[in-house]
Amino acid sequence: MSYPQNYKYTREHEWIEVTGKTGTIGITDYAQNSLGDIVFVDAPKVGSSVSKGGVFGSVESVKAVSDLYSPASGTVTEINESLIDAPEKINTDAHSTWIIKIELTNPSELDSLLAAADYEKFIAEETGK
Amino acid sequence: MRYLPKSDAERAAMLRDIGAASINDLFSVIPDEYRLTRDLKVPRQMGESEIIDHFKAAAQKNANGYISFLGAGAYRHYRPVIIDSLVQRGEFLTSYTPYQAEITQGTLQAIFEFQTMICELTGMDIANASMYDGSTGAAEAVMMAVRVTGRDGVLVARTAHPEYREVMHTYAQHQGHDAREINYGPDGRIDLAALEAALTDQIACVLVQSPNFFGIIEDIPAIAEIMHKKGALLIVSIAEAVSLGIVRPPVEADIVSMEAQSFGVALSYGGPYCGVLAAKEKYLRQMPGRLVGETKDTEGRRGFVLTLSTREQHIRREKATSNICTNQALVALMATVFMTVYGKQGIRELAMQNLAKAKYAADTLGKHGKLLFAKTPRFHEFVLQTEESPKQLNARLLDKKIIGGLPLKRWYPELGNATLWCATELTTKEQIDAAAGVLAGAPVAVEAR
Amino acid sequence: MATTSKFIGNTPKVTAHLTQNEGLSFEKSSPGKKGYKLAPLDVPEVDAAALLGSAARENEPLLPELSEIEIIRHFTRLSTWNYAIDLGMYPLGSCTMKYNPRVNEFVSRLEGIAEAHPYQPESLSQGSLEIIKLLQDCLIEITGMNAITLQPAAGAHGEFTGILLVRAYHESTGNPRKTIIIPDSAHGTNPATAASCGYQIVNLKSNSQGGVDVAALAQLVNEDTAAMMLTNPSTIGVFENEIHNIAHVLHDRGALLYMDGANMNALVGKTRPGDFGVDVMHLNLHKTFSTPHGGGGPGSGPVACKEFLEPFLPSPVLAQGADGLLHWNYDRPQSVGRVRMLYGNFGMFVRALAYILANGPDGLRQTTEDAVLNANYIRKKLEDVYELPYTTPSMHEVVFSDKRQTKNGVKTGDIAKRLIDYGFHPYTTSFPLIVPGALMIEPTESESREELDLFVDAMRQIAREADENPELVATAPHSTRISRLDETTAARKPVLRWKAPAVTNGVEIDTPAKEW
Repeated sequence: MSYPQNYKYTREHEWIEVTGKTGTIGITDYAQNSLGDIVFVDAPKVGSSVSKGGVFGSVESVKAVSDLYSPASGTVTEINESLIDAPEKINTDAHSTWIIKIELTNPSELDSLLAAADYEKFIAEETGK
Repeated sequence: MRYLPKSDAERAAMLRDIGAASINDLFSVIPDEYRLTRDLKVPRQMGESEIIDHFKAAAQKNANGYISFLGAGAYRHYRPVIIDSLVQRGEFLTSYTPYQAEITQGTLQAIFEFQTMICELTGMDIANASMYDGSTGAAEAVMMAVRVTGRDGVLVARTAHPEYREVMHTYAQHQGHDAREINYGPDGRIDLAALEAALTDQIACVLVQSPNFFGIIEDIPAIAEIMHKKGALLIVSIAEAVSLGIVRPPVEADIVSMEAQSFGVALSYGGPYCGVLAAKEKYLRQMPGRLVGETKDTEGRRGFVLTLSTREQHIRREKATSNICTNQALVALMATVFMTVYGKQGIRELAMQNLAKAKYAADTLGKHGKLLFAKTPRFHEFVLQTEESPKQLNARLLDKKIIGGLPLKRWYPELGNATLWCATELTTKEQIDAAAGVLAGAPVAVEAR
Repeated sequence: MATTSKFIGNTPKVTAHLTQNEGLSFEKSSPGKKGYKLAPLDVPEVDAAALLGSAARENEPLLPELSEIEIIRHFTRLSTWNYAIDLGMYPLGSCTMKYNPRVNEFVSRLEGIAEAHPYQPESLSQGSLEIIKLLQDCLIEITGMNAITLQPAAGAHGEFTGILLVRAYHESTGNPRKTIIIPDSAHGTNPATAASCGYQIVNLKSNSQGGVDVAALAQLVNEDTAAMMLTNPSTIGVFENEIHNIAHVLHDRGALLYMDGANMNALVGKTRPGDFGVDVMHLNLHKTFSTPHGGGGPGSGPVACKEFLEPFLPSPVLAQGADGLLHWNYDRPQSVGRVRMLYGNFGMFVRALAYILANGPDGLRQTTEDAVLNANYIRKKLEDVYELPYTTPSMHEVVFSDKRQTKNGVKTGDIAKRLIDYGFHPYTTSFPLIVPGALMIEPTESESREELDLFVDAMRQIAREADENPELVATAPHSTRISRLDETTAARKPVLRWKAPAVTNGVEIDTPAKEW
């Protein structure tokens, strides 16, 4: 699986794509594979604020729940409503299926995130354990 | 010991297989100082006939052959015999929680039918597979409303069962809810003006019971309108499930918490009973307790399975909607059989009989006391106020082997000499007339309050 | 061995009832069918609309209309689709699926007992109160505690009550404290309970033997610690032999030791939690004390405690007057309050007491010994084919892992499903969380040597199948009337009730999944 070069990644398996002051956030293919069939996505309300490293929602499969950690701080501007009826889109294409969009309040936070190559190395180590 | 399927020879052989010299070797992990070297001080082992004699002797010391007018959240209704014939089948009685769906379709389908019938009776969209009882169900409903709204103010009607309110308080005190009681008006219903005055943007919900502790039916549409104007939720608690056969379901409610003991569950000195939680569909993910859903297997056949388990403790752990694990499955099955036996027509006829018996009792007994809240619609309970103290009245009734109404002073001292009476389909005209006879014979010099 | 046949080895012990199809009760319903008859009304009829006004029900609830024989057949057929203790072994870890004695059912249905109204005058309830008193006394003796409440309705409810006692005690000393320490091997109800009482959870990692790391614990305990919640034996079936040190470390800093009593079946008659430093604990009457599981409840979760916690017990408390009569004492100013209405699941008290009386002190001890013997027998017979993650001695349950089988892609869940084909209920899979791919097996004392040998045999066959024919195991079960169910769709698009088919132009449109 190739991880988009223009995304940045967290160690908790979220990705973020930045355009101007907007960050688009989703979870990685590795994450969706570990979770199995996704049945529900719990997203925050538009207008709420998220902080880097803070939990902003969760993703559920039949037997497990995973918290979602925000790669950066900001205010939620959009949530992907199509996930209400079809959460399985994340399983099908995790990297094209965004969960929330935020307006960044502190873009410098992005500097400490992983680049695609570093993220791939990170999960290779995880699976090797 | 007759429950243990082993001979001493087999035990010895097994120990040899394990490589242990004696059974105590297998307990050597327990430090010596904590190992019991004496017998437990419990009664000696009894034969089966002795066990039965023991409990028969205990049963004799309880009320036997008494007429009873007690209700107050636990109701004496007829239990069709096929309930026990069915629930005593080993496949129901001794089965485990249906986590392995392929070999528990019996339990799962029965629960699915239960969920359906509760929705039909209460007018809600979804119902869970039982909580412990009506009192803890009420507490869980409040916690659910707090989660849904994100607000922490809670209102509760003073006409909700006093012990329900105590339980709600125990649950609420460590969760940051502020539970405030709203009093009742002269009609025996929650005081709507007081409710409206207490309602702020910080209120998550109000819990009202209907029929309430006095037997009075609340004006649900009016209460709902008040609550919904401020975005707060209405929780209706129902202690007498049979009422739903003839009383309109609380369709305006957001959450219904019900006690289903009346549906074929024995009084059994207070438990086990059968709590039920039902709600509007939008609150599904905040609903505690087990849910059974319909699905298909790999061959496309219909089947049933526990679903949405991620709400529950075994997955969410500290973020679970509730810590509930074991619930009341077998009593819910009793209720399922009961509802199936009576069915669409029967539940109405049963409720009608209860209504008729209580009307006759209220009219008859009301001649010897004051019937409170007389003009407000009620189901099968009523409050009688007498000159005579309840203590003396009930003592005179007991002399005639009649257990009279429950004295209310302990919870509602402002009502003075008030007692709560209940008549069900099992109460006979003769019994009511007998009680009236005793009331009529109140001594002239009544005991001072 | 031919791999074209469905089974390698012996025929399965039990065959499932494959042929009965049975729809929902609503699908057999017809207007006018009746299953009841009420006695005629002996008082005047009433006009509900007139009496109730706008409170009268207009639309009848869509309950089914069936005759008695249809109802009997419906539920009897459903029951035949269930596995049950009466049919065979349930090796579920920490569930203690022991025999549910029938005399328990008989005595709970005796008229004076089953029909006792909870608000009857106490003078007419002495029988019920005596049953409660005797059970309380027996459970206090068994646990080595000083006081007890029978109010909680189940284990989780008991945990909640126990932690409330902890909080009330600390509040009475002036410092409510903030945290509760919970091992990562704990049952999910433990953290859920602690959170519901307003405590923060501090996770304690188990040591390399799956037990409590006492040194790590000593580091974690501080002035903010209210208590530790401990299961002993642990969820891997091992007795915490440093229990006195654990209690010591906690008590030194003024913290309390709460014990989850789910695994009491390893301790009754051999040791007592009160003797090894436990301050408060709950019991599960539906585990250790034989009350039936009934498909998921009712249970009962009494909470026993040391004397210093007695004032905080839920109200009311049973008391005995000078005249020997029993009554409820509501005058309890320090009580944590009620955790439920009335007195508890009385019907389960009757059953549990009957079990204790049937056993006596010798029977109770023998029961515990047989439970531990059975678990160790299974351990010995399977330790060469399944991986044992810990070498510490097992008590009443043994935990293996699927490590040796996963190299062929076979996981614990698959092995469990394949066990069904051999006529057994699965063991507990994937718990405790500290053992990846766990197989948690608790046979209880109710299994004979024959039954245990059949179980061992089946597990050994399955281990061979995992080697030689892993696909067979991975797609199990093969002999049930329903195969693996689509839980994903059930969660994505929940259908939680039956709905009547829609009728358009006189044509019925079926609701989802009605077809066979």
